Amino acid sequence: MIRAAEADGRLRPGSTILEPTSGNTGISLAMAAKVRGYRLVCVMPENTSIERRQILAMWGAEIVSSPAAGGSNEAVRVAKEIAADHPDWVMLYQYGNPANAEAHYRTTGPEILADLPTVTHVVAGLGTTGTLMGIGRFFREHKPEVQIIAAEPRYGELVYGLRNLDEGFVPELYDPSLVDRRFSVGARDSVRRVRELLEREGIFAGLSTGAIVHAAMAQAQRSLKAGEPADIAFIICDAGWKYLSTGAYNTDLDTTEDFLDTQVWA
Amino acid sequence: MAVEVRIPTILRTYTGGEKAVSGQGSTLAELFDDVEGRHPGLRARIVDEKDSTAALRRFVNVYVNDEDVRFSGGLSSPVADGDVVVVLPAVAGGAL
Repeated sequence: MIRAAEADGRLRPGSTILEPTSGNTGISLAMAAKVRGYRLVCVMPENTSIERRQILAMWGAEIVSSPAAGGSNEAVRVAKEIAADHPDWVMLYQYGNPANAEAHYRTTGPEILADLPTVTHVVAGLGTTGTLMGIGRFFREHKPEVQIIAAEPRYGELVYGLRNLDEGFVPELYDPSLVDRRFSVGARDSVRRVRELLEREGIFAGLSTGAIVHAAMAQAQRSLKAGEPADIAFIICDAGWKYLSTGAYNTDLDTTEDFLDTQVWA
Repeated sequence: MAVEVRIPTILRTYTGGEKAVSGQGSTLAELFDDVEGRHPGLRARIVDEKDSTAALRRFVNVYVNDEDVRFSGGLSSPVADGDVVVVLPAVAGGAL
């Protein structure tokens, strides 16, 4: 997204980048902005883990907090307001920026196919939808029998704190024809799965990865039941460091679930 | 046995504040018809019936046993006793 904005002249040395983020894209942008000399303003829901704020601050990003109720929807709304007040700032807007999906079309999709030519299913998280849209388009063109499966985090009620249904939000990038199945995964199942990854594989992954593993396992069960061989690839988005303060790895499951109920945890 | 329908906060004015209601039917469409009998007005917030074709409203997601019904037959998706149907508003989500 940064290279595309540089190429079309929107981003120039000294520019300010503005982005609504629940933290992870913000962290990547903060790293790139530091190296390339841009100022970064992130709009982030106040109910995200403290580690994300600490890391963003470490790279010099400025953080504008959006209200907890409404989660990332509110961050998008607040960012759009700020963008209107600062027409010279560059909002890359990961939810609607084709360069987001394009990066996965060019890299993530081909890498999966090269490493696992027998792949039958690809499972990834659904946030901006960029990862799945890029991978999905790649496989539709190069191996259309591969099923594209979305794992969507299901948050607690606070995060869905809309005043009316018309305030709902579907990312502009989203094209449902590139997806074959979509699972909704709650905090409890996601935490259970990150713990299983630790126990069985020694992999220390973040919470959205838990949701993705859960969906991948649901697909595996389904393939098994149907007697169909399956080679299922799934994305491990990040390591668990940014989620240590949530208690996801060492607190009892009920307490963790209660805590995460009000958080944008994925 | 019946099908449990979980109602988002924003639609609980139709269920007297209940977080979940139960209903009967062999498809999602039948289930929503059944629930509508006891909770009038609810169906219209979930289903858009204009042009005589019923479809889920744009910003509403419905899941049967955690699976998005838009990929499994929409309102014709089968439901059975013991299934859990979750209705949620579409929001921006995920690790972004």
